[in-house]
Amino acid sequence: MKVELQNLTKIFPSRNKKSGEEVVAVNNFNFTIPDGKLVGLLGPSGCGKSTTLYMISGLQKPSSGKIFFGDEDVTELTPENRGIGLVFQNYALYPHMTVKQNILFPLQNLRGADKLLKEEMLARAYEVAKLVQIDELMDRKPSELSGGQQQRVAIARALVKMPRVLLLDEPLSNLDARLRLQTREEIRRIQKETGITTIFVTHDQEEAMSISDVIVVMKLGVVQQTGKPQQIYDDPCNLFVAKFLGTPPINVFEGEVKAEKLYIGGECVLSVPGVADKAVYVGIRPEGFIPDENGGLSCEILGVDVMGRDVSIVSKNAAMLTPSVRSIVDADYSVAPDQKQIRYTLKPHKVFLFDKETEERIYFEVQ
Amino acid sequence: MAEKNATLLGRVWQSISAFFKEKIWQGFCVNILYKKFDRYKGWIYLAPAIVLLLIFTVWPIFNTVRMAFLEGYTTMKDVRGDTFSFGLGNFTRVLEYKGFLTALKNTMLLTVLTVPISTFLALLIAVCLNSIKWFSRALQTIFFLPYVTNSIAIGMVFAAMFNMIIGGGARPDFIGVVNIVIEALGGEYINWMNEGAEYWAMITVMVVYIVWNALPFKILILLGGLQSVNKQYYEAAKVDATPRWRVFTRITIPLLSPMLAYVIITGFIGGFKEYSSIVGVFGESMRAPGDPTYTLDTMVGFIYRAISNQEGTASAAALILFVIILVVTMINLYVSKKKTHY
Repeated sequence: MKVELQNLTKIFPSRNKKSGEEVVAVNNFNFTIPDGKLVGLLGPSGCGKSTTLYMISGLQKPSSGKIFFGDEDVTELTPENRGIGLVFQNYALYPHMTVKQNILFPLQNLRGADKLLKEEMLARAYEVAKLVQIDELMDRKPSELSGGQQQRVAIARALVKMPRVLLLDEPLSNLDARLRLQTREEIRRIQKETGITTIFVTHDQEEAMSISDVIVVMKLGVVQQTGKPQQIYDDPCNLFVAKFLGTPPINVFEGEVKAEKLYIGGECVLSVPGVADKAVYVGIRPEGFIPDENGGLSCEILGVDVMGRDVSIVSKNAAMLTPSVRSIVDADYSVAPDQKQIRYTLKPHKVFLFDKETEERIYFEVQ
Repeated sequence: MAEKNATLLGRVWQSISAFFKEKIWQGFCVNILYKKFDRYKGWIYLAPAIVLLLIFTVWPIFNTVRMAFLEGYTTMKDVRGDTFSFGLGNFTRVLEYKGFLTALKNTMLLTVLTVPISTFLALLIAVCLNSIKWFSRALQTIFFLPYVTNSIAIGMVFAAMFNMIIGGGARPDFIGVVNIVIEALGGEYINWMNEGAEYWAMITVMVVYIVWNALPFKILILLGGLQSVNKQYYEAAKVDATPRWRVFTRITIPLLSPMLAYVIITGFIGGFKEYSSIVGVFGESMRAPGDPTYTLDTMVGFIYRAISNQEGTASAAALILFVIILVVTMINLYVSKKKTHY
């Protein structure tokens, strides 16, 4: 099921009536979620991603704009009539029911033509339990399950009535690091097997990048960029997106363009054809540095982290705006123990320029 | 000066503790004392409370049992130095006394009628209060008022509401508001509590009063329970198209069951102790004017009257009441263990 959001806006009235300041949680959201894809809504807390999810679910009403499931306008529909499955951040499993009762609960609500026989319900419940691999826990209470198992039960409960769209609110935030890796693969697998259009919300860019077909980066209620994870990583449209995506994060410097040459701290580091002379922010991905005695950028080494596959060099530069400059270089490169300075040449496609005022990307021709 | 004292005390304490902690003393008796203090300090801290409990709770319970099993016990005789033989005479006296059966019947009837009604009403009101946004605070306060009002005073108001003073004229001289409403609805006056009032009418008055009086506490507990239910359960149920009634019976009630169990158990215990409410409405005689017997007597009323001259009988009746409450509470706990979700 294709999900289309048109000019979706949510305005919360101010809590303090006198000041009358409204909070625009989601501002003019336009996006079409393709059928059968896994989409991640990504952004820092307070960016409106959960609000967007709850508007798609119907639990919150948009202030303006429309939501379509396929060609059907569902904006005015109540949640129960939208055919969605929603997994809450804390799962919201009914604590007094067993896993089986929890999964059966949505089916027992079906009325009229959709009403199922008891055997059919059980069959469906076991089918979906098998899918999320909890079929051996059916008689337990939620309190007797681990976080990851509870998460699966919640997904099973959302899937059992065969929703048109599956919505997940911060699905991994309550899990520990190891379980998180495992569960996100699970979510990917379940989504692939069912083919249900799935939208999930997360503030963890790694999580979003690793499993999404498409990610939507949001900030303060405004969509910043949408696209495939790798594409956004390689081609961020503004400084916020560049900073938000990637671990370790991008390095940002004060820079200046003079005569189509980029200067950082007075050193000429790169030629940037087609850019007018002005002061800019320079973002350089950690993997964009090549150690080179004749390189343009010089940094003072603070430390070296060896990570086996590659080496991470922490250094500092007078013009940096991030707390340090972190570069990831090939493990073959070795830093001498007494080495204080290092020089880099830059990979042009890993260097992004941003306008100092708008923080929008300034493009240059990569040769 | 105080400061000087404090530092002096501090120094003394320091030297004392240093003395006790000194290695050389380990194994010596002083150190054993120190260790003993450590082991028993919990008891020492509890001592004031335990002493009070022993005097005002444990001893009276023990003494009640003692008095109940001593034949023909009264305090007067005890003070005079009489000796009593051990026996069950007090219990047989209680059971043979025909007023006791009336008291037992009234107590049971009031409890069995008021606990379900008040619990159901409290649940209904709590759910309503929880779902409205406007005035819920003000309404909560109004519903809570009976709890902070003296039950004798409320009883007098209820008496006025149900009362009727019949003079010589065609119409009664004074008609309580209840009968005015009944008249307005096209009914006949009912003699609720005056001379010649029927038993069921008087019981109805008491049921109304006790239910009204029991509501605030129950509403408070249930409302607290409702407010602590995670809203996401309701959102999840909404997404799953759960009908309202099903949300109530399958989600709200089970999640509220610990509070319901508490309210029902305490309701039963309170019901068996019913006394002051009846005195509040009908006066100390616990009957309609002109009745020859204590028509509306309860267990506690019976005990209270016996205590003035027959302490042994009163104690025996108190023990009987205790056993009844114990059995009912155990049944309650047994049922709630099966039905309650914690």
